[in-house]
Amino acid sequence: MAVEVDTAPQFAEFAHPERLVSGDWLEAHLDDPGLVVVESDEDVLLYETGHIEGAVKIDWHTDLNDPVERDYIDGAGFAKLLGSKGISRDSTVVIYGDKNNWWAAYALWVFTLFGHDDVRLLDGGRAKWEADGRAYTTVVPTPAPVDYPVIERDDSKIRAYKDQVIDHLGNPLIDVRSPEEFSGERTTAPAYPEEGALRAGHIPTAVNIPWARAAAEDGTFRPLAELNALYRDEAGLKNGDDIIAYCRIGERSSHTWFVLNYLVGFEGVRNYDGSWTEWGSAVRVPIVKGTEPGTLPTKK
Amino acid sequence: MTEDLPEQLEQIREDFLGLEVRERLQLLLEFSNELPELPERYREHPDLFERVEECQSPVFIFTEVDDARVVHLFAIAPREAPTTRGFASILVQGLAGLTVDEVLAVPDDYPQTIGLTEAVSPLRIRGMTALLGRAKRQVREKIAA
Repeated sequence: MAVEVDTAPQFAEFAHPERLVSGDWLEAHLDDPGLVVVESDEDVLLYETGHIEGAVKIDWHTDLNDPVERDYIDGAGFAKLLGSKGISRDSTVVIYGDKNNWWAAYALWVFTLFGHDDVRLLDGGRAKWEADGRAYTTVVPTPAPVDYPVIERDDSKIRAYKDQVIDHLGNPLIDVRSPEEFSGERTTAPAYPEEGALRAGHIPTAVNIPWARAAAEDGTFRPLAELNALYRDEAGLKNGDDIIAYCRIGERSSHTWFVLNYLVGFEGVRNYDGSWTEWGSAVRVPIVKGTEPGTLPTKK
Repeated sequence: MTEDLPEQLEQIREDFLGLEVRERLQLLLEFSNELPELPERYREHPDLFERVEECQSPVFIFTEVDDARVVHLFAIAPREAPTTRGFASILVQGLAGLTVDEVLAVPDDYPQTIGLTEAVSPLRIRGMTALLGRAKRQVREKIAA
């Protein structure tokens, strides 16, 4: 009982227009049975200051990450979380958030690890919703718990582990961090807290396309022609490529994963969520400093 | 460890720990909304304020030590960053009226002890630790000057 897709003309050119909804569409469908709206932000309190009517909150730190190991929650944990939010396996889920949907895209990627079929982004996230003068409420919904099946995560298709990245070397890598992090001037995004990488630089041969270049000023995704210019012309990606994107902890690269996979339409894109906080601290992995991608190292 | 805490810091701690995790966020939001406006004399002096780089959102602090060696902490943080505002507001209220020696004696791990680590995640709480650390450093510099 999936909710109808948004047929807004600005989405039609994308490979998977069914993955995006506009503010107009969402306002018109807020009461549709089968639709659950989810807010996912960097700032853990933003939802409490006001959110879209009926939206539930899912936080990546406190909900989606395993509290002990550096991994995502398991199938039982995901089932418990989603069931408690009133999300069934066949619910249409629309996720939105702050900062160009940065964390919303991350939540969407985690939902996809569990094979949740119909999960979409609100184009432009909070910023666009607010700029359009649409309403927020501070009323927190209390959804009736539902049964969500225990589905084990499938990490094989859209997630890459460190050893898989090493085997992948020679295939396209997209580093979506800031130029300063890519070149090795610093290990964290400008103005972000130190998250403990011991070395600075990038994975050899990675091309640097900062994630936010895929977003327009208003937070919405750029048109297809501009995305093609960015990823096909500038980064040199081609159809059929096996692509891995990474950043610092896998959140910014979830945004790029969404763009490459659903908007530009590459198949076989994976997100390396270990990213720089793992690679930059790992022993005996190759690192390149400077603004150039660098050359492939001989295997140790 | 906590027996030496100044009264209002201890009170804040007890208030948070007395709540369920979810309600702790609501209290943090109340703090966020209570962050005082800057006094008139500092409104035109953004240059005095130091950016707390460890926080994910732009937050700026400035400490003043008056003739009675009482510390006054001022902070600016945007409304779109309620968590950071909340952290700053806890410290502004918690340190209010304390002397230099009392501020410097506040344990550096105070932010980890008020029950917010679970509610907002350990990574985010680091921003508050940095706020406290920078405030104390400013106080040390002021009394040395």
